[in-house]
Amino acid sequence: MTGIEAHVLSIETAEPVRIRKRRGYWWAVWRRLLQDRVAMSCACVLVIIIAAAALAPLIVPAQAMKNSIAHRLLPILSDGHILGTDELGRDMLGRLVYGGRVSLLMGILPVLVAMLVGGTLGIFAGFTGRFINMLIMRLVDVFFAFPSVLLAVGLAGALGSGAVNCLIALSVVLTPAIARVAEAATTQIRSQGFIEAAVATGASRFQIITGHVLSNVIGPIVTYSSSQVSLAIVLASGLSFLGLGVSPPTADWGLMLNTLRQSLYVAPMNAVLPGLIILITSVCFNLFSDGLRSALDVKP
Amino acid sequence: MLLYVLRRALAVVPILFGVSVICFSLVHLGPGDAINAITPDNATPEVIAAIRKAYGFDRPLPIQYFDWLGLVLSGNLGTSILTGRSVAAEIVPAALHTSVLAVCAICVSLFAGLAMGMLAGFARQRWADRLVSSFAVLGVSVPHYWMGIVLVAVFSVKLGLLPAMGMGPATAISEFGLNDLKFIILPALTLSLIPTAIIARTTRATIAETRKNDFVQTLRSVGLGRRRIIWHVTKNAAPAILTVSGLQIAQLLGGSILVETVFAWPGTGYLLNTAITTRDLPLLQGTILVLATFFVLMNFIVDMLQPLCDPRIVRQ
Repeated sequence: MTGIEAHVLSIETAEPVRIRKRRGYWWAVWRRLLQDRVAMSCACVLVIIIAAAALAPLIVPAQAMKNSIAHRLLPILSDGHILGTDELGRDMLGRLVYGGRVSLLMGILPVLVAMLVGGTLGIFAGFTGRFINMLIMRLVDVFFAFPSVLLAVGLAGALGSGAVNCLIALSVVLTPAIARVAEAATTQIRSQGFIEAAVATGASRFQIITGHVLSNVIGPIVTYSSSQVSLAIVLASGLSFLGLGVSPPTADWGLMLNTLRQSLYVAPMNAVLPGLIILITSVCFNLFSDGLRSALDVKP
Repeated sequence: MLLYVLRRALAVVPILFGVSVICFSLVHLGPGDAINAITPDNATPEVIAAIRKAYGFDRPLPIQYFDWLGLVLSGNLGTSILTGRSVAAEIVPAALHTSVLAVCAICVSLFAGLAMGMLAGFARQRWADRLVSSFAVLGVSVPHYWMGIVLVAVFSVKLGLLPAMGMGPATAISEFGLNDLKFIILPALTLSLIPTAIIARTTRATIAETRKNDFVQTLRSVGLGRRRIIWHVTKNAAPAILTVSGLQIAQLLGGSILVETVFAWPGTGYLLNTAITTRDLPLLQGTILVLATFFVLMNFIVDMLQPLCDPRIVRQ
């Protein structure tokens, strides 16, 4: 065997060199998020609350949701009712689990709608610029001229009570802020070199937006939107509390707060429980969104 | 400076116009007409048509809008369907009651928010910073109307110290005496919660950010004392803090709806709630218009105050 043959053989039998696969930006974000203890604990709590709400019919016995005048307002840690009962003798824990279905939906769905509508409007305004931008952003400014609670209550009040109207009102309230964030991010991206390069190579407007702009502005939009979930949940419960949300006997945290308020003098602990759940959910969403923001803040 | 004021004032006009369009549309958003509440159930179509004509609801919407705008500008906000009194007559006392509550809440939140934010921003100890940050997260996440219920449960139900609702024996704000102050404590505290948290958080963040600037290093190397440095940092952080505080104060008026409902405080929020439950649309429309206009003007005032803290703004 000549030296050359030996060399060729050694190349053929050698272990392939392991090239560390370059992981993308989102991988880094995910790793950062996993290391954030506060955000992860909040995520766990949220997963439990959401899973409980989603699986409510499976985990809450039907018996617990029946009215029972004999068992009205049982205190917390009563026999068979860990969190006591409400003003009609229904199990508080069961009601809270069921209430999560409406309350969480009312918190998350409007944010998604607002993200879609506001994001599209903002990106469009930011990318087109000039007149269209001015038109859209001035319209957004008008909605900004209302305090958020006032606009939500006004719209829901005018539309009439009901879950769908509540959803519409909340979506309208959340959209302008998201549009503003999307517009600011897009305007910033638009003036950068790689967009100009894309334009120069003849990419269509649609291609540029979906291929270059979207991937760069989605971060700020998602971060901002996630911070709005907490606000939306509190606002939605507030609307139900005013009687503008779902109607009884549907369980909803805000509505439960409203109906249990009459029992404040008899059973104060039961009366404040639904609010505590709203608080826990809202804090968790807030902290998780903070974690997400710092996790997204890595350069690829 | 004059140019700055004029430019800002001109920017307010289209916004107010937009606000009025939205308020006008509120009445036409819901199912049916504003006249549904006054037409009898067995009214024939002819009668309904006659009432619609009498109220002018049969005309095109843009014409209705400009007629309404003309009335609003002359101070006529329409007639409450429920009480038959003019909407303006309903709003004025309610707005006064709300402002008393709001002023108390503003004082609390400015004082507490600034104090906590400064403490956390300048403190060398981490725990102070952590404490204020945790409070801020709790404060912005908590449903404040629920906090009101909790305060009632503690201070009225358990301890029996403070009244749970109402404004006391006074029927008008002019009769409100020192003895009635106890009625205002719980609602004002509840209302101040969110602004306090937000002001504290912003103050902390802005001061921490300003302290990183080069000029602070320079001041330190020149040999300035800690107090003087704190003064310089605060002065530089002031415009951002002012903006956020101003916005929060204005937001507070909108947020008072829920708190006033919890405490049965007879202000604009309570009025709004009544308007919603009775579907008194002119009252709803009028109250929202007044509150939103106030909000816009409040933002304008904040804009005007900013150059006092930071003269650079005018030149931009």
